[in-house]
Amino acid sequence: MQFGIFTVSDITQDPTTGRTPTEHERITATLTIAKHAEEVGLDVFALGEHHNPPFWSSSPTTTLAYLAAQTTTLQLSTATTLITTNDPVKIAEDFAMLQHVADGRVDLMLGRGNTGPVYPWFGKDIRQGINLALENYNLLHRLWREDFVDWEGQFRTPLQGFQSTPRPLDDVPPFVWHGSIRSPEIAEQAAYYGDGFFANHIFWPASHTERMIALYRQRFEHYGHGTAAQAIVGLGGQVFMRKNSQDAVREFRPYFDNAPVYGHGPSLEDFTSQTPLTVGSPQEVIDKTLGFRDYVGDYQRQLFLMDHAGLPLKTVLEQLDLLGEEVVPVLRREFAKDRPAAVPDAPTHASLLVARNAAKTGGETQQGAAFGAAAVKGA
Amino acid sequence: MTTRTIAVVSAGLSQPSSTRMLADKLADATIAKLAAQDIQTTVETFELRDVATDIMNHLLTGFPSPKLEAVIDAVTGADGLIAVTPIFTTSYSGLFKSFFDVVGSDTLVDLPVVIGATAGTPRHSLALDYALRPMFTYLHAVVAPTGVFAATGDWGDSPDSVKTLPNRIDRAAGELATLVAASDRSSTVRDPFALERPFGHLIGGLAGE
Repeated sequence: MQFGIFTVSDITQDPTTGRTPTEHERITATLTIAKHAEEVGLDVFALGEHHNPPFWSSSPTTTLAYLAAQTTTLQLSTATTLITTNDPVKIAEDFAMLQHVADGRVDLMLGRGNTGPVYPWFGKDIRQGINLALENYNLLHRLWREDFVDWEGQFRTPLQGFQSTPRPLDDVPPFVWHGSIRSPEIAEQAAYYGDGFFANHIFWPASHTERMIALYRQRFEHYGHGTAAQAIVGLGGQVFMRKNSQDAVREFRPYFDNAPVYGHGPSLEDFTSQTPLTVGSPQEVIDKTLGFRDYVGDYQRQLFLMDHAGLPLKTVLEQLDLLGEEVVPVLRREFAKDRPAAVPDAPTHASLLVARNAAKTGGETQQGAAFGAAAVKGA
Repeated sequence: MTTRTIAVVSAGLSQPSSTRMLADKLADATIAKLAAQDIQTTVETFELRDVATDIMNHLLTGFPSPKLEAVIDAVTGADGLIAVTPIFTTSYSGLFKSFFDVVGSDTLVDLPVVIGATAGTPRHSLALDYALRPMFTYLHAVVAPTGVFAATGDWGDSPDSVKTLPNRIDRAAGELATLVAASDRSSTVRDPFALERPFGHLIGGLAGE
């Protein structure tokens, strides 16, 4: 199972000091945070995409390419890449390029975005959001798998004999996660292609996430990619920890109360009881996170939001220390317990390469082999 | 015996409130009309004041508290809705509007609704037809032709003596009862995760479904 962090790249005033970091400070802080994620033993760093202040991450593959050069094991991903307003041709090119410089340590998570004005800025109609996501991804999927593509659709200029370059590393496209909070079409899309499904359930009650994941698993099996239990599931989470639970609550409360997304709304206590947010001791984080499995089943990737709402860099790095030293080792051990051998790990470039080669030589054609023997525990 | 469910939403703020009184009278009259057709009615009444903070939190966070979710589920799953608001500053109250802002834009489709409002003077009565009615029409609810407005005087010494408040309530309740009798909303399973079209159609026949 993979553990990591994801960031939305917000530049937010620290409510306890009244100071807002500069863009440059926040960008370099995020690079430090990503590198520290690897240092404390985390597996994944995922970066959001935005095209307006107070966010800085408009060019994720540039940022991730730098991080690829600065890290050795960290899996680089996105949270999310806008499949609606980006040209799928450019996504195909950018992420194939990133695969090459990162030696394959790349996957991506596609999303529709939640900032309405981005659509008109990029010449798109928000009412076509779902249709854009479906058509654009269908083209992206082909561009990575077919050397020459003839294509015609509703939303972009047609292509005749177009070849996207560079070709994916080893001709193995990056693994794709589809992120959605409330759209069953996206769960269906992920299932149709045998891709991963990521539920950023940090602003949503567990009962809803449970149903979305169940739908994705059921449809994954329907489309013949394996059993429902073998579908590739990722979850968001959000934590703030101190050794002493009361200290965590006291320190985090002003950040919670003023946070751009939920600030000035429900109390910290209500929000922690209704969503996966955990503010407390490392043990409380462990307990709550282990509970996710009760309603989504054995899953593959857990990402935590750690650096938003104006938290200072020093605090975020301390949070990563706690996450890496006290929380994730226990989660790895506990999540491995009673995990059926047939449940695969999250696909990586290495496992996808093995699966592709096995398929080429004629083996591994039965159901459940979509992600290769290397990805199946104990196989 | 046939059964139906009616939800009553009152945005009155005081205790007791004339808005709630009007809502209750509309509910009682509707129950009587349905009983005359051998239909037994279950009524669930909600004071929005009880979930006022939850409504604002939903606007800010994008999801309902369990308490508010129960109210939304009851309203959207009913066979009919009686929606009554005080008129504040020439329109429905902000609390009333905020509730319908968070119920979801497609959850009231085909829902029979009777609208009611209260205010200090009858001069505000047109708010029913320039504010409440268009809002429910936008949501594709089926709004009964008669809306009931009760001014302070209707409860006391200066009622409309020709078309009395009980007359107006009776007429609106009759219209709602007819629509509710024909509704199957409360016995219909609604799946918020169902696709409108098979996925194969969504992506141009690729899935072959």
